[in-house]
Amino acid sequence: MELVYAVCVGFMSTCGIFLMLRGHTFTLVIGLTLLSYAVNLFLFASGGLTIGAPAVLSSSENYADPLPQALVLTAIVIGFAMTAFAVILAMRGRADLGSDHVDGIEPFDPLAEDKSQ
Amino acid sequence: MSLFDHLVIFPVLIPFFVAVALLFPGLSNSLSKQRVVSITANILMVVVAFSLLFKVEAQGIQVYALGDWSAPFGIVLVADLFSVLMVCLSAILGLAVTMYASAGEDKTGAFFHTLIMFQLMGINGAFLTGDAFNLFVFFEVLLIASYSLMIHGGGKQRTQANIHYVFLNLIGSSLFLFALGTLYGTLGTLNFADMADRIPLLSSNELLIAKSGALLLLAVFGLKAAMLPLHFWLPKAYSTTSTPVAALFAIMTKVGIYSIWRVHGVIFGDQAGELANIALPWLWPIALLTIAIGAIAVLASKSLRVLCSNLVIVSVGTLLVTISLNTVQATSAGIYYLLHSTIACAAMFLLAGLIQQQRGQAEDRFVAARAMPQAGILGFIFALLAIALIGMPPLSGFVGKALILQSVTNASEAMWVFPIILVGGLIALIALSRAGTSLFWRTNGENTSALKGHPLQYLAIGLLVVILPLMVIFGGPVSDYTQLAAEQLKAGLSLQQLNEVAK
Repeated sequence: MELVYAVCVGFMSTCGIFLMLRGHTFTLVIGLTLLSYAVNLFLFASGGLTIGAPAVLSSSENYADPLPQALVLTAIVIGFAMTAFAVILAMRGRADLGSDHVDGIEPFDPLAEDKSQ
Repeated sequence: MSLFDHLVIFPVLIPFFVAVALLFPGLSNSLSKQRVVSITANILMVVVAFSLLFKVEAQGIQVYALGDWSAPFGIVLVADLFSVLMVCLSAILGLAVTMYASAGEDKTGAFFHTLIMFQLMGINGAFLTGDAFNLFVFFEVLLIASYSLMIHGGGKQRTQANIHYVFLNLIGSSLFLFALGTLYGTLGTLNFADMADRIPLLSSNELLIAKSGALLLLAVFGLKAAMLPLHFWLPKAYSTTSTPVAALFAIMTKVGIYSIWRVHGVIFGDQAGELANIALPWLWPIALLTIAIGAIAVLASKSLRVLCSNLVIVSVGTLLVTISLNTVQATSAGIYYLLHSTIACAAMFLLAGLIQQQRGQAEDRFVAARAMPQAGILGFIFALLAIALIGMPPLSGFVGKALILQSVTNASEAMWVFPIILVGGLIALIALSRAGTSLFWRTNGENTSALKGHPLQYLAIGLLVVILPLMVIFGGPVSDYTQLAAEQLKAGLSLQQLNEVAK
């Protein structure tokens, strides 16, 4: 299970970072969302993966580390708020600057010009 | 328990409650009431911060266990000499910024005072916290407030600078969480004192993971502090935002520096066993290069606000040098320089706002324009601040730089630090003289229609400027204090000590 979990987190981070490097606010927001999902799973796993055990001390001998769960909860809430802000900012940027590129203007692309000729 | 026992949490609670109160109908629809409440709250915060400072000085480190859950299970706030000094600094800066904004700049958008209060809450919390995850939470509080403050007033340029700033910091926050997860996975705790205790006990296969977590944290703090490869967002962000916000942001980079000091100077510092001083080999060249690149950018600046933003980068580099020197002496000098550079840069940003206001179309660019109506007084303040920022006697910049150079004892280190810091000062001298001559002397005609500065704006700048000579006149007590703060910081705090103090 650890291997599957680690591969999932890694794959999601890779996708997130790839999308963030695209340079457009839309892909940036999607990339950030993927990265924050990945980091939430990563935090959740940081206390070790325990199956079938409660996260509170009770009569049973086994229990899962409760702290990562609390951390993940906080991280989810904060990540959610930040994503909402980022989406609004991206829309504002699109409206104000007339382009959804992070620099406000599309960079010079020699390949695109070749096509038009 | 008296109210005085809860003093440690007041710098976080006061801005929080005031910010919420400002949203209620009685206050939210009247800007003049908001100004009164906001300035009063800031004065109260200065009083609280200084009484906390005297308390810590008299009784030693104060630990406040939230909900009385003792560390490492609960979250603690730790007020030691260094963190309390930073809280005082942010309180003074908050007061100056609020006064300046109350002269009219808070009208340009909604909820200015609320956002400033949330920002101060985040900054104070980040200084006082004794827990790494709580540090993340307070970072987010101050960041989300700064995102909205930076775009306050609107405009194309601000939106553009804000997009860079926000997305970079969001990525930084994700990396912060990855680093915290890594450290929690190996250390099993996020309490600063407990982390410091457990790092020397790590087994050899955990060392590498903990090291990668710590260095990831360095990248995150470096992004906030604008250290070399991560500094490109700063000049644009600081120079396009509104004047009071830029002045308040002078302390934001210092939050990053403060965190590097706490985490990489102490927790992963001398006592960290195999992982002792892991950040130093990275910090040393980065610090020197930050000064060099910052100084070159200072020379290339075309307006006063951009110049001042680049001076912030130079000061960040200088502070990183004191961190990487890694002695009590250098830390003490660094804390002194931190106080000085924050106040001087913030005052310069406020002054740049006034200059911009009185020069009309030319704004603060270094081009010939009509003379400012209040050029005399503005020029006098500019000269004072320039002297302080360059590091010439008799103001605090000179004392700060002298202390830093004095703390360099090793000849091979001196070979690098002396020329770079001194040439950096010379470049600042050239750039600021050029700035002053073109702003004040290259004039044609009189600008009679320009808006004169409001008394509150001058009072705000005066409040900051007057601290600079005071830091020289009371240089003895101040440097004694920074010396004690540096000793306390470097000595570290173990969990046992922490819990003894908390009782």
